[in-house]
Amino acid sequence: MDSALIPEGAKRCSFPKFYMGIAVVGAVVLWGLLAWGLIYWKGLNQTNMNDYYGFALWIWADLAVIAVGGGAFFTGLLKYIFKIDELKNIINFAVIIGFICYSSALLILAIDIGQPLRGWFIFWHANVHSMLTEVAFCLSFYFAVLTIEFIPNILENRQANKVSFFHHLAHNMHGIMVIFAATGAALSFFHQGSLGGVAGVMFGRPFSFREHLNIWPYTFFLFTWSAAAFWPCFTLLVTKITETITGKKLVGDKTVHLLSKIAGWMITSYIIAKIIDTIYWATVTAPSLGFKWTHFYSNNALYGKWMLFTELILCGVLPGVLLIMKSTRENSKLRLLAIILGVIGVCLNRWVMVLQVMAVPVMPFDTWALYIPSWQEMATTILPVAYGIILIALTYRYLPVFPQEQELNYPVEEEAVDEPVVAPAAEPVAATE
Amino acid sequence: MKQEHNKAHKFGMVIDLDKCTGCGSCMVSCMSENNVPFKDDESDKKKSITWMRVYKLTNGKSFPDTEIVYMPRPCQHCGGKGDHGHSPCVSVCPATATDYGYDTGIVSQIYTRCFGCRYCMGACPYHARYFNWWDPKWPEGMEKYLSPDVSPRMRGIVEKCSFCYHRYQAARDQAYAEGDKDNIPEENYQTACTTACPAGAIVFGDLNNPEHKVHQIVKPDPHPDPRNKHVVGKSRNPKVFRLLERLGTNTKVYYLSDREWVRKQGDNYLEGEWDKIKNHHGDTSHG
Ligand code: SF4
Ligand code: SF4
Repeated sequence: MDSALIPEGAKRCSFPKFYMGIAVVGAVVLWGLLAWGLIYWKGLNQTNMNDYYGFALWIWADLAVIAVGGGAFFTGLLKYIFKIDELKNIINFAVIIGFICYSSALLILAIDIGQPLRGWFIFWHANVHSMLTEVAFCLSFYFAVLTIEFIPNILENRQANKVSFFHHLAHNMHGIMVIFAATGAALSFFHQGSLGGVAGVMFGRPFSFREHLNIWPYTFFLFTWSAAAFWPCFTLLVTKITETITGKKLVGDKTVHLLSKIAGWMITSYIIAKIIDTIYWATVTAPSLGFKWTHFYSNNALYGKWMLFTELILCGVLPGVLLIMKSTRENSKLRLLAIILGVIGVCLNRWVMVLQVMAVPVMPFDTWALYIPSWQEMATTILPVAYGIILIALTYRYLPVFPQEQELNYPVEEEAVDEPVVAPAAEPVAATE
Repeated sequence: MKQEHNKAHKFGMVIDLDKCTGCGSCMVSCMSENNVPFKDDESDKKKSITWMRVYKLTNGKSFPDTEIVYMPRPCQHCGGKGDHGHSPCVSVCPATATDYGYDTGIVSQIYTRCFGCRYCMGACPYHARYFNWWDPKWPEGMEKYLSPDVSPRMRGIVEKCSFCYHRYQAARDQAYAEGDKDNIPEENYQTACTTACPAGAIVFGDLNNPEHKVHQIVKPDPHPDPRNKHVVGKSRNPKVFRLLERLGTNTKVYYLSDREWVRKQGDNYLEGEWDKIKNHHGDTSHG
């Protein structure tokens, strides 16, 4: 039914089967929209947040999707600026994942604020001292850049590409993509960092407060670094899931190994910095404010030292080492384990830097505060995931996302004898220049 | 209005914890003075709006040595590190919806500008900020008792103690009318909690004015603490302390107690540290 839209030469499942799947995920989207409606209608009393938990599940989700969605910016940086050409095989997908993550982050922020109609005040009455102001500006600009990076891929759709204007527009946009890659890299560096700064500048909260380098707390640099370290894990994980669902190999081993290697070195260097930061905080910063570091990990039901061990060692050092060593990196099972641990690790770090900060008592007579999100919070957090699945499904079906799909799945010798070799199913968008 | 530096006020209070009986009059008077709304269910205290909240502290000993103290906690009107006006909450608000008054030392909340991101709540270690999770509501008939001087707040924004700023405005207007705009007599500007406290535990006034009682009790040291350069305005009275002073929040609410265990509860100390630090309480920084 929709075969005219499907990239030439690509094999896709039948129309009814595809849309049955979309309908199932669509039901989850509807559930999320219902919760969203309730929240806008009745207010944030629909959540389980309270005056101790002004920041909770949503802010964590925001920080987490932005951390793992950093792939678009880093792939662009490595591909266009550092000229690592191999990444052309995954750049389209990285941009799509980035687009999903960043649009999700903006969506969650729009749900999270108490007076959504005043959201623009953050730009209009901007307080230049606030990390959140920097986040809002960079995030919005970067989302605009991502949209621009996504457009050429959309225009490569078989029907759209027949329109000469679109064809040339896509072509010309590739030509100037290096400018957007550079802009995106700068913007990303700052908003990833400012998100870390959000927690690091709170000098009333000794658990998250960090010493500063000039105006930036150490968390500023650690957040940028961790996003740069863990994005390949998430990109590879989503690729793996997509490959499993479609039953096809979509990205060549060489690219996968390269990304894994980048992740390995970046994670290891990040985790060394993070461990140094933690030791400094535990032995210098916290004691100078009257706290023994164990205060932050005891006398409550959830936050124990196991959390620190899981974040730093199990989901930090271990995936780093597994991805650095060639033998484990090229072993598909161990690699999968490492990338899953990596994604958990960075999400856990964001959790700790939001939720645990709120949980810890600061006044000596105060108590720990734990929190369980309401179904409305969960539904609106799952909403972007469902939306992401749908967007990936649609782009995979209708756009030439994976340049290697043809060669990896339908080698030329299998082509029907009476058919000339068709245009490759997936023109490498990034490689057309 | 920009005031000359030497004319700037610095309003603050000192609460005598040995006098406070925990009766809660300050909380009630604050709610009624400032149009704080009611909720159907006030049992979840983490969702109740209490600009002034009385905490109960104990010395942790069992009977018959148990001692209890009640600690009223309004917004501490922090001056931030070095007392430069970068309060934990003011410095983080992305929309400049909470502001530091350099002429008064009061941290304001601009209800019509706050868009409810709640970053300020996360930044405040005293839990002095409250979010309007619900639309404001009053039991029927009670709206008639709302104060016309204080705007009620809508759902979805943050509010907190303002040191009854409207009372300051009234006192200032009076001073203008009487032709001496720089002289606001102590008794002309007092917060609702101060006037309501039956035990007289709360003393409010201008910390910069040596004639005010609060200044005389607190004896604030204008110089930075040599042991922690972020701390300014430390009390030179050995019985007076501030909450979480070591963080460098530089609060304007001081507490007073004869009892050592009470003073110790004001901040966090490593093992053995209190014995060294307590001797410095009341020290002047410079001789
Ligand atoms: S007590 Fe909290 S709300 Fe009040 S000024 Fe200090 S940080 Fe801000
Ligand atoms: S909740 Fe309001 S006052 Fe607080 S930081 Fe956000 S905009 Fe500012």
